[in-house]
Amino acid sequence: MSSATLPVRISSIDRRVALRWARDNGVYVALAVLLIYNIFFTPRFMTLENLNVQLVLATRVIVVALGMAMVIGTAGIDLSVGAVMALSGALLVQFSGLPAVLAIVLALLIGGLVGVLNGFLVGVVGIQPIVATLAFLFAGRSLAQLLLVGRNPSIQDQTILSIGSGKIFGISGLVIAAAVAVSLVALIMRRTTFGRQLLAVGDNARASFLSGVPVRRTLIGVYVLSGVLAAWAGVMDTASITSANALSSGLNYELFAITAVVVGGTPLSGGRVRVVGTVAAAILMQLLSSTLIFHSATDAISQMVTAVVIVVAVYIQRVRSQA
Amino acid sequence: MSTTTVDTASPVLEARGISKSFPGVKALIDVDLKVRAGEVHALIGENGAGKSTLIKVLTGVYHHDAGELLHKGKLVSFAGPRAAQNMGISTIYQELDLVPTQSASRNLYLGREPRNRLGLIDFAQMSRDAEALLRDFQIHADVDVPLTTLGLGTQQMISVARSVALDANVVIMDEPTSSLEPREVESLFRIIDRLRADGVAILYVSHRLDELYRICDTVTVLRDGRLVHNGPMADLPRVELVSTMLGRDLESTPHRTRSAAPAADERETMLELRGVNWRNRLHDISLTVSKGEVVGLGGLLGAGRTEVGMAVLGAEAPDSGTVMIDGSPIHRVSPGAAIEAGVALLPEDRKLEGIFPHLSIRDNIAIASLPRLSRLGLVSDKRIDEIVDTFMARLHVRATGPSQKVGTLSGGNQQKVLLARWLCLNPKVLVLDEPTRGIDVGAKFEVRSTIDDLAKQGLAVLLISSETEELVDQSDRIVVLKDGRVVSVLEADRISEDDLIEAIAAVPAEQAGDNRE
Repeated sequence: MSSATLPVRISSIDRRVALRWARDNGVYVALAVLLIYNIFFTPRFMTLENLNVQLVLATRVIVVALGMAMVIGTAGIDLSVGAVMALSGALLVQFSGLPAVLAIVLALLIGGLVGVLNGFLVGVVGIQPIVATLAFLFAGRSLAQLLLVGRNPSIQDQTILSIGSGKIFGISGLVIAAAVAVSLVALIMRRTTFGRQLLAVGDNARASFLSGVPVRRTLIGVYVLSGVLAAWAGVMDTASITSANALSSGLNYELFAITAVVVGGTPLSGGRVRVVGTVAAAILMQLLSSTLIFHSATDAISQMVTAVVIVVAVYIQRVRSQA
Repeated sequence: MSTTTVDTASPVLEARGISKSFPGVKALIDVDLKVRAGEVHALIGENGAGKSTLIKVLTGVYHHDAGELLHKGKLVSFAGPRAAQNMGISTIYQELDLVPTQSASRNLYLGREPRNRLGLIDFAQMSRDAEALLRDFQIHADVDVPLTTLGLGTQQMISVARSVALDANVVIMDEPTSSLEPREVESLFRIIDRLRADGVAILYVSHRLDELYRICDTVTVLRDGRLVHNGPMADLPRVELVSTMLGRDLESTPHRTRSAAPAADERETMLELRGVNWRNRLHDISLTVSKGEVVGLGGLLGAGRTEVGMAVLGAEAPDSGTVMIDGSPIHRVSPGAAIEAGVALLPEDRKLEGIFPHLSIRDNIAIASLPRLSRLGLVSDKRIDEIVDTFMARLHVRATGPSQKVGTLSGGNQQKVLLARWLCLNPKVLVLDEPTRGIDVGAKFEVRSTIDDLAKQGLAVLLISSETEELVDQSDRIVVLKDGRVVSVLEADRISEDDLIEAIAAVPAEQAGDNRE
């Protein structure tokens, strides 16, 4: 070996280590940088009140993104989540005669049912996830529209409304609602057999099957969770805007969720799910767009910046396939 | 037959001293090959012998590192597959390269369709030409329906016909009969005879000995990237062909001293297969493995060894027959149920079927035992850590720790992690499919002595291996498969490499006599 090649090799290893570190921690660094920037350059941004507002605005994406992260952990994708949110709001209106808790439970169950359908198409029939879940992206929103025809879409029930506007010990109901979802998903991923099997299926489905992992059941389960979480986000959204809206509720949320998952460091190739990273990324994307708004940037500029963040995140992910 | 011209004709395609390396692997080392006009030339070798690489060099897919290629005596260098095709070198792959949704006529004239005066495709003419061509080959098929509506054999013959229509002077066939019915094989052989009579040079890759002796004139054997034999097919007896192809393992591994093997009358059957049939891959397979016994499963590639393993694990549902574990049939065909009943299987393809490359050693070991290590769906990390530590130490897994990702381990250590996954289940029956393939000598030795220990502890082991030396050394009995059937069982004093090779090479009773037409 010639001595000239040595420094090159060392620096390429350094680079790989650096990239891997950036992949695992990049989202936290970006979040810290953004907050520090705002301390100095954005007046009235770093107030407790504004930060609370920002957090509340991020809650729905957080909840949807957690379900998406688990689906992506199986090397899948769920495009139906935004439509499920809209459907869930319409269902709350539909069930307005029932007690609030029952209406919410029914909405969540129907979200889970959509997941059963998606999971069946992916796990049993063997359709690619992107196509299988695309079907309900269209069907779900239309169904929500049909349910709301000739109905008053506003929500009167105080229990439901309190999720959107209530506070416990000064903490917004939406933040609590999101925290419940985060704890649930963290528990699943850290402590359950299902969570481990989900990652195994994502990393190598054939090896999972030959190791006795119930691959189909796991896939159906993960889409059910995604559907339930999307329905829960739909309840939160409807409660906060105090009425169901089939056209705008959850619109493009599948894309926001995928963005949060990817920026949070979860690889699209499956086998890994980053719960805290996903939450941090959802908050990062929210703070980023409001920072730009505070600086009077237009929506167009804001979306361009989002695009850059996604490209950087995906670039950093590349290290995984090389490692 | 053109045996007289074989010796005199100059080769249509010749490879001289071809070498080709990939990062970490020397796929071909100084290989010579001459394919002559009117000759069917067999190219054989086990997995990894270099057959595919050689074919890819001959067809312009790869460029060789050293050596030269001559076509009709002239030095050639192919810029790509297209260049080789233009010279008349045509390849029929296992997976057909036809457009399945299009008709036979369209496939036959793809890219060179007959045109009418307006420059548009003349479909009527194309159909007529296609029909004439297929009739010439005695292929009876509707040329205007999509290929998917025709049988696989017909499609394959259309593929051959196309290469002839393209004026091919060399046709390379890579396991052309692997998915054909016997009747279709006959038709294919008729066409091969016809090509030979027309002076086409044919390079024929197959693992089916009967076929090779029936239609091939000359044979080239590759092993570990080197040419090990070349000569007339008829001069190479079956037994020699098999031993040349499989080679002898020269490294010295200690011979096993098996005193613990149960005597025939004391056997306590742990695994039993009764008349298992599966598609056209397994035919009436019956075998038993007793407690403390290692039964070897021998045979050539494609003989059905791996399929037997998959049937035991319940990964494939047999069409008929039963698999019994410890005297009772498995209640449901699925790996989960088989594992619960006490089956463990180390798969043949470690990367595709075994490891979870991005998961830790801990998760890789624990995956199959999760249902046992959890209550109400909640995992006990404490119990997992205990088991992982125990088995990593017992099998000498060399790693930075249980958190290291399995994808970063060496092949031998990956294999030990997989063994740990199965052994921590405390199985009754262990199926090992090529347990020492692709791992270094040291790890090989460790894995082999582990197999001995396991049998001593009373496990029933079914050992699938392509290495005759490994089978002979490790097994108490050897069941030999051929074309999905049990052809012989070697017991005690008949277990030797010579006996095994003879059994693998044996001519099936009903075919003896009509060896060559």
